[in-house]
Amino acid sequence: MDKFTKLTGIAAPMPLVNIDTDMIIPKVFLKTIKRSGLGVNLFDEMRYDRQGNEIEDFVLNQPQYREAEILVAGDNFGCGSSREHAPWAIKDYGIRCVISTSFADIFFNNCFKNGILPIVVSEEEHALLMKDAEKGSNARITVDLEAQEVTTSDGEVIAFEVDAFKKHCLLNGLDDIGLTMEKSASIDAFEAQASQARPWV
Amino acid sequence: MAPKTLYDKIWDAHVAHESEDGTCLLYIDRHLVHEVTSPQAFEGLRMAGRKVHAPDKTIAVPDHNVPTTPGREDPSNMTEDSAIQVAALDKNAKEFGIHYYPVSDVRQGIVHIVGPEQGWTLPGMTVVCGDSHTATHGAFGALAHGIGTSEVEHVLATQTLIQKKSKNMKVEITGKLKPGVTAKDITLAVIGATGTAGGTGYVIEYCGEAIRDLTMEGRMTVCNMAIEGGARAGLIAPDETTFEYVKGRPHAPKGAQWEAAMDWWKTLYTDEGAHFDKVVTLKGEDIQPVVTWGTSPEDVLPITATVPAPEDFEGGKVGAAQRALEYMGLEPGQKLTDIEIDTVFIGSCTNGRIEDLRAAAEILKGKKIAVKRAMVVPGSGLVRAQAEEEGLADIFKEAGFEWRLAGCSMCLAMNPDQLSEHERCAATSNRNFEGRQGYKGRTHLVSPAMAAAAAVTGKLTDVREMI
Repeated sequence: MDKFTKLTGIAAPMPLVNIDTDMIIPKVFLKTIKRSGLGVNLFDEMRYDRQGNEIEDFVLNQPQYREAEILVAGDNFGCGSSREHAPWAIKDYGIRCVISTSFADIFFNNCFKNGILPIVVSEEEHALLMKDAEKGSNARITVDLEAQEVTTSDGEVIAFEVDAFKKHCLLNGLDDIGLTMEKSASIDAFEAQASQARPWV
Repeated sequence: MAPKTLYDKIWDAHVAHESEDGTCLLYIDRHLVHEVTSPQAFEGLRMAGRKVHAPDKTIAVPDHNVPTTPGREDPSNMTEDSAIQVAALDKNAKEFGIHYYPVSDVRQGIVHIVGPEQGWTLPGMTVVCGDSHTATHGAFGALAHGIGTSEVEHVLATQTLIQKKSKNMKVEITGKLKPGVTAKDITLAVIGATGTAGGTGYVIEYCGEAIRDLTMEGRMTVCNMAIEGGARAGLIAPDETTFEYVKGRPHAPKGAQWEAAMDWWKTLYTDEGAHFDKVVTLKGEDIQPVVTWGTSPEDVLPITATVPAPEDFEGGKVGAAQRALEYMGLEPGQKLTDIEIDTVFIGSCTNGRIEDLRAAAEILKGKKIAVKRAMVVPGSGLVRAQAEEEGLADIFKEAGFEWRLAGCSMCLAMNPDQLSEHERCAATSNRNFEGRQGYKGRTHLVSPAMAAAAAVTGKLTDVREMI
């Protein structure tokens, strides 16, 4: 997995609430058996018309946001299906950090498996960051995972919480299957005990 | 000992390792796998030279992207991408030695219908699947939730998940339901009350007389949509209804093992005085047949209501409601019962079980559809066979419904079963998101009986007028 340490980049504002995983990556793109190449179809139905032409007013089609690496999005981002194609598409587009007031549970977990940092902030902080993002490409936001801080283009610092284990994995780009396998003795012991206690499982 | 919730008990029985910061390895008893979210996970195993840790606890079935029309055993009758995904699952199931129900098997169907039907899902288990509607299995008092593909790979390789415990939430439905009100109306009404993020960070336990009175099919419908309320999982404590359903299923324990299992299962309830971090209570008698008007499952109203206006909402929801009204082609103030329907879809892991088909057939008996098209997609080959035996299939066909083979079909519309632009559908599925059932398609979520009523009148209809 790619590391996430510190990022300074353009933030694209998407104030809409309840942006679901069908919006992030419509099911037609779930037919792939690969993880790569989904960025071109990120937000496909909001981003292109039926003929495949870009819809001008969609945020990522606006010149100042094409190179966005951060999304500032409305509440409950990533709700709906468990499809990991959603973070795959986000990452493939080049976005490494999503900031919202809340995230859907499965999407939130999926981000950490793919080197994307989802950040939960308060409504006031969210409003501040949304305003900053709306300034366009001149306003760059800095996200520092080690320090757990977001810094606006005006130098205002917002602290955020992140689970210590998830932070460790993200900072170091760790594959968590490998980490779990180091605990295989615990798993084997659990299995031995469980097969006695609940042999019907 | 401190009193525990049902969730606490199942959680505690499955912690294989706990780190100092509370991060746990949760042992997984059943891993269900389908063709759309698993190919990359199996490929990951292959690349790393890893095996499936517990193939006996891993069950695969293609459902999301399979056609529901005859002749599908022959891959040349599938679209190319479907054939590739199904072939990949065929190959992975064989190579890694996991249980498998191919499309040619009568037991094939939607993974969340097949699991309970075959007795793979049992009380007190941990169940995961690369699909958010894994919450369905919570109806058995199993801790069941959806995971992403990286986690699918993690479970395949280690039979565990890295988890932190969620908070406890209780949703109580007191009293009795009125006639015409079903499990689907309960679960939608709860989401209407709590919002789609109301359950975020929680595992919900549903309880109360109205929940106890539900059949297993109804309980599965309720738990299925826990995810639409944002919860990690939904649970219902097992009772005689549960044990009766489970007994005799192909993979349920038998003989002495059954007795041993029952001894444990009977301890699976929330202790008196256990702590819930959040409690929501609805009165069963207040719940009415409901319908969604917008593009989020929280956009729920009783069928007797009118379409709301954006200014009825606050904050970010004002803009979302404006967008939803435009997308759905609706005007504020319009009566919901005046909304004309083009298409009716009955099926999905929410409402594709035998009881759902019975409820719809009851309304349709001797009637004809007044919509452009109507489709029944049974949740499994066995549900389909049973419906044929009970004469339900004939009722659907005589009414003008298409009678399909089992699969997810138009619930997520990955296969050719899709809405066209602006086509308006009354659907028994679980999501009314933009584009969910087809590009610019418009979805109204309803119960099977309400879907049948809409099929007969050509409009969203209060089913209570027809019973």
